[in-house]
Amino acid sequence: AALRHGSGWPRSGGIRGGTAMDLFGDLRRMNKRQLYYQVLNFAMIVSSALMIWKGLIVVTGSESPIVVVLSGSMEPAFHRGDLLFLTNFHDDPIRAGEIVVFKVEGRDIPIVHRVIKVHERGNGNIKFLTKGDNNEVDDRGLYKEGQNWLEKKDVVGRARGFLPYVGMVTIIMNDYPKFKYALLAVMGAYVLLKREA
Amino acid sequence: LRKNVEDFTGPRERSDLGFVTFDITADILNGKNGLQPFWNKNTLSIFDWNVKQLFLYLSAEYSTKNNALNQVVLWDKIMLRGDNPRLYLKDMKSKYFFFDDGNGLKGNRNITLTLSWNVVPNAGILPLVTGSGHVSVPFPDTYETTKSY
Repeated sequence: AALRHGSGWPRSGGIRGGTAMDLFGDLRRMNKRQLYYQVLNFAMIVSSALMIWKGLIVVTGSESPIVVVLSGSMEPAFHRGDLLFLTNFHDDPIRAGEIVVFKVEGRDIPIVHRVIKVHERGNGNIKFLTKGDNNEVDDRGLYKEGQNWLEKKDVVGRARGFLPYVGMVTIIMNDYPKFKYALLAVMGAYVLLKREA
Repeated sequence: LRKNVEDFTGPRERSDLGFVTFDITADILNGKNGLQPFWNKNTLSIFDWNVKQLFLYLSAEYSTKNNALNQVVLWDKIMLRGDNPRLYLKDMKSKYFFFDDGNGLKGNRNITLTLSWNVVPNAGILPLVTGSGHVSVPFPDTYETTKSY
């Protein structure tokens, strides 16, 4: 607190006042050590976030333990913008009625639908068919050309829990990239300039 | 929970196709607390404040020579909070084609039909519950080609 209101604060001519100018003033004032400290602080926050995410991947066994519902094909259970929590334990068999998130070979976007048919061989080989609750027909039209069934390897995870609306933020950031950059800029500025009293 | 069925099979291309008609009588009570008094009709115990809907489905489970385990969903229904939790359906036809992966329906004596449901909360865990009571259905040894469905 003492730093901000000290005397000898260099003032150049031109526009003064407003928080933005104060911030830039602060930035110029900071000596190298403080800058490094702030950057390290920022790096720590980013690393922690990454660690938590990787930890979730390990614990759930799924490459993407939290997904956002993108379409209305599972209404009225799930709507666009809902958040789903997935697990993908190797020993969990795929059973009819389960909600699975899968990726079609060659496509990036995961799909959330329900399993309606399962055929499992004695050796553990499973093939299954899915359908969105809100769709009239099953998903064969969505699969790869000539593909009639899904297999375990196509599964990203099984939906175990869900939160409504929370995923909307991701969808907005996707549809309006300017919003995403603005958010990142604000977050970055805040973290870099935050002082610990 | 009771189901009665009649059935016959027909070959389509190279896979068996089964036809099942069924009745469903079900009273969806909270599985954990089966001691709800039956006269307490206002207690929709499964539909508490956090339950948005139930996704009900009737699945047929059986084994065949080719596959140790097969499950086919024959029929489903979405029951929203506020809907009547008692089901009394008669002479229902399966919503989805009951194809086997191969020819395992012919002469298969033991197809088990079970009613299960997915509890969809307003927020939280998504459990799958299997109803108590199931029915075993045998398929005949011969194909029928004349019956229309």
